[in-house]
Amino acid sequence: MIELEGLTKRFGTKVAVDHLSFTVRPGVVTGFLGPNGAGKSTTMRMMLDLDNPTSGTVRIDGRHYRDLDEPLKYIGALLDAKAMHGGRSAYNNLLCLAQSNRIAERRVGEVLELVGLTPVARKKSKSFSMGMGQRLGIASALLGDPEILMFDEPVNGLDPEGIHWIRNLMKTLAQEGRTIFVSSHLMSEMALTADHLIVIGQGKLLADTSMADFIHKNSRSYVRLRSPQQEQLRDVLHAAGMTAVETAGGTLEVDGASTERLGELAAEHRIVLHELSAQRASLEEAFMQMTAGAVEYHAHLAPGAPPPDAAAPPAGHGAPQWAARDKGA
Amino acid sequence: MASTPAVLQSEWTKIRTVSSTRWTLISALAVTVALSAALCALMNATFDDLPATERLTFDPTLISFSGMVLGQLAMVVFGVLVVGTEYSSGMIRTSLAAVPQRATFIFSKITVAGLLALVVGMATSFLTFFLGQALLGEHRTTIGEENVLRAVVGGGLYMGLMAIFSMGVATMLRSSMLSLGILMPFFFLVSQILSAVPGAKDVARYFPDQAGAKIMQVVPNAMNSGDSPYGPWTGLGIMLLWVVAALVGGFLVLKKRDA
Repeated sequence: MIELEGLTKRFGTKVAVDHLSFTVRPGVVTGFLGPNGAGKSTTMRMMLDLDNPTSGTVRIDGRHYRDLDEPLKYIGALLDAKAMHGGRSAYNNLLCLAQSNRIAERRVGEVLELVGLTPVARKKSKSFSMGMGQRLGIASALLGDPEILMFDEPVNGLDPEGIHWIRNLMKTLAQEGRTIFVSSHLMSEMALTADHLIVIGQGKLLADTSMADFIHKNSRSYVRLRSPQQEQLRDVLHAAGMTAVETAGGTLEVDGASTERLGELAAEHRIVLHELSAQRASLEEAFMQMTAGAVEYHAHLAPGAPPPDAAAPPAGHGAPQWAARDKGA
Repeated sequence: MASTPAVLQSEWTKIRTVSSTRWTLISALAVTVALSAALCALMNATFDDLPATERLTFDPTLISFSGMVLGQLAMVVFGVLVVGTEYSSGMIRTSLAAVPQRATFIFSKITVAGLLALVVGMATSFLTFFLGQALLGEHRTTIGEENVLRAVVGGGLYMGLMAIFSMGVATMLRSSMLSLGILMPFFFLVSQILSAVPGAKDVARYFPDQAGAKIMQVVPNAMNSGDSPYGPWTGLGIMLLWVVAALVGGFLVLKKRDA
């Protein structure tokens, strides 16, 4: 378990991390999400006692990182894949780390096997590709067989096979009861791996919620209908008390009804359907909406284009429900 | 707390598994011995052409260490790289995550690297002395003469301390390039030039290399070098103060700054 309490980091006048408090619980994959520059890496470095917090504390199983005996046995971290000496072989890089924490040398071979680097174990790590470097970093995190694992953007630079592998690895590790904390700036990636979600923007906590809750709250689901008897279909839906919105593409969208119910309704009235499909607004849009005000680096729009604030996804179709709610409030 | 023997073992593995260790230390030894041997042979051949004052204060021991002017630079490179590559590779974050106790980490590293530098320095010093004397012919001295053993052991200490001083500086500057960019010209040019300029000489003799090198002189005012306000051991003591200051500075930087 990792507990953050009022964690704050200032660089000069700039606040990188602003009174962050949350808990990373064991047995689940906790996703740490935020746009670039939101303070994810700084937070993770403070968790490992690499950066000194301006104020606030981080506790690993109730203790400060610096008070841990042989910390690699408690917490393994992948921060920067290239954080190894390039002139040393993969095996020796790991051996140095193992020895410092009195981890048996046999374990070095085991983790290299686990990440699939055994064939290149004796090669200098500077010859490694980005993906191989990432695997070596993951091997170093697993070295002490720790209960807590922390990965900063682990899928960066991995090929599809590697991405698939790391997703499964994280799930397996969580199933073993370990605490997994993984950062990403991609909502879609998180949706596939994380059970719990912590979202930050400009160093501030924006959400601390279960993934299921986040999906439930932030993705509007609706049914899309297409029919040559569009007018007739609308009347039928209206009569049944459902509101159908016609889109620019000539399809109808219905909120709050199941595909089964709509299909039966159409059949009852002998209406031909060309499409009947359940739709879900993307989580990526929900995430962008949530962090829109907290994005560090906006892409500069061409002159004459609307200001960045207006560039957020428009409310309405595909927009998360809470955004619409906020407007009504 | 992390187990210190474990960290020492880890640092030893780090040092022995990179090739820069081998080539810097071999260079330190080879350059010192080869250059000293060449100068000793030259001195032997041209002794009679030397000015009278230099012949009177001829110091065969000191001459056999003359190659250290260049050889010490390899020691500086060794010391800088031992610490500097942690920063240039980003390994420092991995290392500190494994050993978060800053003092245990940095002093284990410097202990292991420093001892290795002292051993190589000592071997260099004895080798260059004996080879140099063999080439000096009739002008030679022996290890049994008064103060000669002190000078030879001192030469080894000097080489080791140069490496340790560089480790401290690299820990302060957190960069190999920056450290080498400052230390190499300083020891090779600035210190050498200032020590020959009459006014600046009084300051330059307190520089770590100038003060430490005093231990290698057997004949007072060797080679007509003029009076010195301190003796050989005080000179080494001054160098040691520089080393301690660099280490303390390095430790404070490591402790205070974000990795």
